[in-house]
Amino acid sequence: MRPSRFSNFIFNRNVQGTFYQAITLSLVILGVYYIVQNTAENMMSRGLASGFHFLGVESQFDIGMTLIEYSPTSTYFDAFIVGLLNTLLVAGIGIFFATIVGFAFGIMRLSSNWLIAKIAETYIEVIRNIPLLLQIFFWYFAVLRALPKPKQSIEFMDSIFLNNRGLFLPDANFNEGTSVIFYLFWITIIISIFIFIWSKRRQNRTGITFPAFYVSLALVVGVFFAALTATGFPVSFDIPELKGFNFKGGMRLIPELVALTFALSMYTAAFIAEVVRAGIMAVSKGQTEAARSVGLKEGLVLRLIIIPQALRVIVPPLTNQYLNLTKNSSLAAAIAYPDLVLVFAGTALMQTGQAIEIIGMVMGVYLFLSLFTSIIMNLFNRIMRVGER
Amino acid sequence: MNNIKNTILGLVCSVLMVPAAYAGTLDTVKDQGFFNCGVSQGVPGFSNPDENGNWSGIDVDVCRAVSAAIFGDADKVKYVPLTAKERFTALQAGEIDVLSRNTTWTLSRDAQIGLEFAGVNFYDGQGFMVRKDSGITSAMELDGASVCTNLGTTTELNMADFFRANSMAYEPVVFEKADEVVNAYDEGRCDTYTTDKSGLAAQRTKLADPDAHVVLPETISKEPLGPVVREGDGDWADVVRWSLNAMIEAEEFGLTNSNVKTTCAMTSNPVVARLCGKEGGTGAGLNLGDSWSYDIVSKVGNYGDVYEKHVGENTPVGLARAGSPNASYKNGGVLYAPPAR
Repeated sequence: MRPSRFSNFIFNRNVQGTFYQAITLSLVILGVYYIVQNTAENMMSRGLASGFHFLGVESQFDIGMTLIEYSPTSTYFDAFIVGLLNTLLVAGIGIFFATIVGFAFGIMRLSSNWLIAKIAETYIEVIRNIPLLLQIFFWYFAVLRALPKPKQSIEFMDSIFLNNRGLFLPDANFNEGTSVIFYLFWITIIISIFIFIWSKRRQNRTGITFPAFYVSLALVVGVFFAALTATGFPVSFDIPELKGFNFKGGMRLIPELVALTFALSMYTAAFIAEVVRAGIMAVSKGQTEAARSVGLKEGLVLRLIIIPQALRVIVPPLTNQYLNLTKNSSLAAAIAYPDLVLVFAGTALMQTGQAIEIIGMVMGVYLFLSLFTSIIMNLFNRIMRVGER
Repeated sequence: MNNIKNTILGLVCSVLMVPAAYAGTLDTVKDQGFFNCGVSQGVPGFSNPDENGNWSGIDVDVCRAVSAAIFGDADKVKYVPLTAKERFTALQAGEIDVLSRNTTWTLSRDAQIGLEFAGVNFYDGQGFMVRKDSGITSAMELDGASVCTNLGTTTELNMADFFRANSMAYEPVVFEKADEVVNAYDEGRCDTYTTDKSGLAAQRTKLADPDAHVVLPETISKEPLGPVVREGDGDWADVVRWSLNAMIEAEEFGLTNSNVKTTCAMTSNPVVARLCGKEGGTGAGLNLGDSWSYDIVSKVGNYGDVYEKHVGENTPVGLARAGSPNASYKNGGVLYAPPAR
C-alpha cells in the first residue's frame, strides 16, 4: 500500500520537529502567563502595592558608609546607588587582593622548597574547606575584639589611628595650582606608553632590549615630585582628630569593610591558587626544558614561556572565581557592611514592602555584574589565546 | 521592559505565593489541626525557646491563646522563628498564619504591605542603651555616636528621625540578626544600642555583664506591638483580634488563670458569664465553640497573668507594669478591650 499524502506529511521529520517545538513553546508561554497572572491576582487581593514609583520617594533612613552624598531625605533610588557602589567597591578590592594572593600561593605550592610548598598547601586546604560566612564572622569579631576603643587608639606618627571603629587616615586636600601637577602626571603616563611601544618594536627589529619599565617609572615619579617641589607642595592634609565619641576628619575605613574584603580575598585566593597551579601544571615540562636550553633566565622562563601558556587554562576558571567573589560579597549583610543586599534588599525592602520589584532589581544587578565580568575576561582570553603563525 | 519586569515578577512570585492558602485560613487551620505562628529568633520575655525548644513569652502566648480558642488546647501551634527582614514575606507567602513577633503597627505596613494588625499586646517606645562607664545620661549627648541596630525595623527610621530632628551626627551600624547586634555592641563596635525599650531590657540579659549597661531615660517613638495577619481574610483576623481582646477583658473583670474554674462555676455577673461561655453564644460569630474565651483564660491566662509571668518585675526582663501604658485602663494605662458580646 502506498502511504497517503497525509501520512507523508505527518511522518515528515521537519513537520514533526516544528510541531513539538511549537507545543513546547506554547506550554512555556502558557506557564509564564499563568505565573504572571497568578502573581498579579495574588498581589491585588492582598492589597500589595506594585510598580516603581517608590524609587522617587524619600528613604528616611541613614546608611553607615556612602561613597556619594546621601541623607534620609535622599530617595530610594539614591539608596540603591549607594548600595550598588558599596558592593562594587568591596568586589573590586576583593578581586584585586584575591588575584595577587592567589597567584602567589599557587606558585608557592609548586615550589621545590618543601617548607614553602607545605605552607601554601596548608593554607589552601584550610581556607577552602571552611564556610565563608564563618570566616567573615571570625575576621569581623576577631578584628573587633583585638582592637582598642577610640580613646586608646593605636597611633602612627600622630596622623594614622587604628581602633575598633576603623582605620583613620589623613586625607590629602589639593590646593590651587595642583592641576598643573596632574596634567604633567598624565602626560608622563602617555609618554611611558610610547616608550613601551617603541622599545617593543625596536626589540622585534633589532633584538636590542631597553629597560622600558624602569625608565617610565623614573620618569613618572621623578616628574611628579619635581613638579610638587617646584610649586611649593600645594597639598594640605586633613588629619583625623578625636572629638567626642570618635575621630573626625580624614579618611576612614570601617571595620566591616576591612573584615569583609579580607575574608573574601583570603577565601577566593585559596581557590585561585588551585586554578593557577592547575594552569601551570598544564604546560608541558618540555616547554620549560626548551626555554632553559635556549638560555633564558629562570624569571624569564616563567614570564615569557610558562605564564602566557598557563593563562589560557587559567582565565576561564579564574573568571568563575571573580564571579563567585562578587556574588559572595552579598554575605556582607551578616556583619553590617551596607552593600546592595543589606541596604536595598534589606532596609528599603522592609520599609516599602515591594519585594518583587526590589528583589528583581537586585537580581538584575548581580546578573549584569556577572555578565560584564565574563565579557571582560572573555576579551582577555581572546587576546591571550594561541597566535597562529 | 514591561515584559521583562513581569517575567521576573512572575518567577519570584511563583516561588513565593503559589502555595499560599489564603482565603479561609480558619477552615484550613481547623482541618489540619494546627497553625503556624511566626516568632522572633529569641527575645527573652517575648518569644524565646528554652533548652528543650519550647517557646514562651507574651508574643508566644498570643498564639497559644488563638490555639486555645480554636482547639481548646494551647499547644496546637508550630513556631517559626523569623528575622525582622523575613517576617512579612513569610506571612504574605502563607508560611505562617499569625505573625506575633514584637511588630510595630504603622500606617505603611497596614496599608501598603498587605498586612492587617489584630491589636496591640504591648505598648512600647524606642530607647537607647549605653555603657555605664561612658558617663552618658541622656540621648541628647549622643552626637557623633556609632549606633548598633537591627535591619528591617521601624527602629532604623526612628533613629534617623531622632538624630535629624536634633541636628546630631551619628553612624548607623545595621545587622540582620538581633544576636549579631547585641554581639557587636558588646564588643564595643558601637557606643549605643537602640531598639524598643522592651527589647533593650530583654537583650540586656544576653550581654556579658548586664549591670555595666544602662538604658537612657528618653523614649523617642511610639511602638505599639501586636499580632499581624494577612489582609483580606476577615474571619481569621477576627479570631486573632478577639483572642487578644478576651485576654485583656478577662483581666478587666478579674478572671484569672487560677480562679477561672471556680469563678465561672458561681458567677452572676453577665459579662463574666459571657467570657465563661455560659451565656451569649459569642463563639458562633467567630465560628468557634462557645467556650473559646474560657479556654483562653484557663489554658493560657488573662493579660495580667501572661505579663507578670514573662516580662513582669519578677522576671529577668523586669519591666514594671504599673505606671506604664501596658497597665489596664482601670489603673491609668491604655490597655482597653472592646466588649466581647
